[in-house]
Amino acid sequence: MADLSPRTAPTRDPAWLPRLFWSGALLVLLWPLLVATEFKPWRLLEAESLQVSGRFVASFWPLAHSADFLRMVAQDTWRTVAMATAGVTLALGIAVPMALLATRVLSISALSGRMARGPFWLRQVVRWALIVLRSIPELVWALVFVRVVGLGPTAGVLAIALTYGGMLGKVYAEILESGETHATEALLRNGAGRIQAFFYGLLPASAAELTSYTVYRWECAIRSSVVLGFVGAGGLGQQMDNAMKMFNGGEVATMLLVFMALVALADRLSAWLRKALG
Amino acid sequence: MNKPRAANPPYKLPPPLFDARCKACWFVAGLIALVVASFWSLDLQWAQFFSADAAASMGRFVGEFFPPDTSPAFLAKVAAAAWETLAMSALGTLLAAIAALALALPASRLHVHDAAWGRAPTRLLLNALRSIPELVWAALLLISAGLGPFAGTLALALHTAGVLGRLFAEAIENAPSGPGDALRAQGVGSGRVFLYATLPQVLPQLLSYALYRWENNIRAAAVLGVVGAGGLGQLLAFHMGLFHMPKTATVLGAMLLLVAFVDAASLGARRWMTR
Repeated sequence: MADLSPRTAPTRDPAWLPRLFWSGALLVLLWPLLVATEFKPWRLLEAESLQVSGRFVASFWPLAHSADFLRMVAQDTWRTVAMATAGVTLALGIAVPMALLATRVLSISALSGRMARGPFWLRQVVRWALIVLRSIPELVWALVFVRVVGLGPTAGVLAIALTYGGMLGKVYAEILESGETHATEALLRNGAGRIQAFFYGLLPASAAELTSYTVYRWECAIRSSVVLGFVGAGGLGQQMDNAMKMFNGGEVATMLLVFMALVALADRLSAWLRKALG
Repeated sequence: MNKPRAANPPYKLPPPLFDARCKACWFVAGLIALVVASFWSLDLQWAQFFSADAAASMGRFVGEFFPPDTSPAFLAKVAAAAWETLAMSALGTLLAAIAALALALPASRLHVHDAAWGRAPTRLLLNALRSIPELVWAALLLISAGLGPFAGTLALALHTAGVLGRLFAEAIENAPSGPGDALRAQGVGSGRVFLYATLPQVLPQLLSYALYRWENNIRAAAVLGVVGAGGLGQLLAFHMGLFHMPKTATVLGAMLLLVAFVDAASLGARRWMTR
């Protein structure tokens, strides 16, 4: 006869042994990481370092709010947004032609079986160029361009243009290829040119997705243009760097707040635009 | 006789180019205004950039990169820095995941009747953490943590905690509520409900978010050092500042290799997991 009495719940976790073992193993694996990163949290609590950081944080209040300073912050905020916008605009100049070159759907020779060898290698080379552009961080591009064109927004705009050109180009090509391609194919088969096939077949099918990805990248570009200021590309980042080096807590705090507001605003705007695009 | 009708009645004009009631027209107009204002207000030195002078200096600059410094002593230094970058990103992501889990609990409504008093303030904190980039956190933390990879690790952890906290909170709120409700009806406390009902359901998703962020953080950790927070970036900034171009080239190469390796590994892992 089956045992029908209700089973009592185990008083301790039935899987405690494996859990304990894996936690221990994780700690052992963690050890080299802790050594490599010089992970010494107690250093934060040493009297000296506590004093320095305490004084810095205490100087956050009152926020810097003189008219001159606020005017400067407003100007640099605009410069940050302008750098991101100009960078993304130039990036489009790189991304759109390269994406068109890299799209397999627009190949005429691929309509009848395999793509011919020449176009195949052209597309492959363009793809590799996009990957290389994309995989060098914009901060490194900015460091290089600051050497060539000197301090100022030009270096930042160029850095954003190159990195984002690679990113946008790659994703544009992927979006174009993943959409509905029957209309494009039909146009190409009936003798339309590739540009015609793109404008009347491929673009209408994925215009909303392309736009929404571009808007999202513009939002990212605003964040990275602040970071680029730290290597001398101007804008909010550079002012923040200067204020930090002078231990001017009030100015740092004001700029951090302005920056958070800017990011939140760009976030909202891009979410709203993407929703409106559907 | 029925005449076949044209698809477009011929007397109809095309729509006007701009219409006050057309949202897309306003969008495009605003966009053009923004772009024009951006280019107009920035004093971009195209003349200087496209001058023969700049081209020559660019050429010289790139020329000095070759040949990269491949002496064993320097390669060992670069390898150590690359390992430091990797360790920073791994530890930063781990700390961030722990902090994010701790913050995601107060930031989510665990069941329908949960008052969730802490939800709005915790979400505000998460947004603040998230909206400040890693590099800015690193520059701020240098003051209290000193130069070196520790500041970089903490900076990665703080920014990533904001990102992951929000994703984790969303995952916890969207988890099916059945198992949790069943335990709660038996009078099990909310701590154990979370451990035995909610966590097992969302754990795979949380892990995949954390791994995805790790991938991002390796890229970020490579450049964090530019402000002095350790890793390959610090080596890069140091040698570029002293115009040691062959050494800079080696560091850049190592950075590219690291990023390419991470990309390939994550692509492979995702293919393997979705197979």
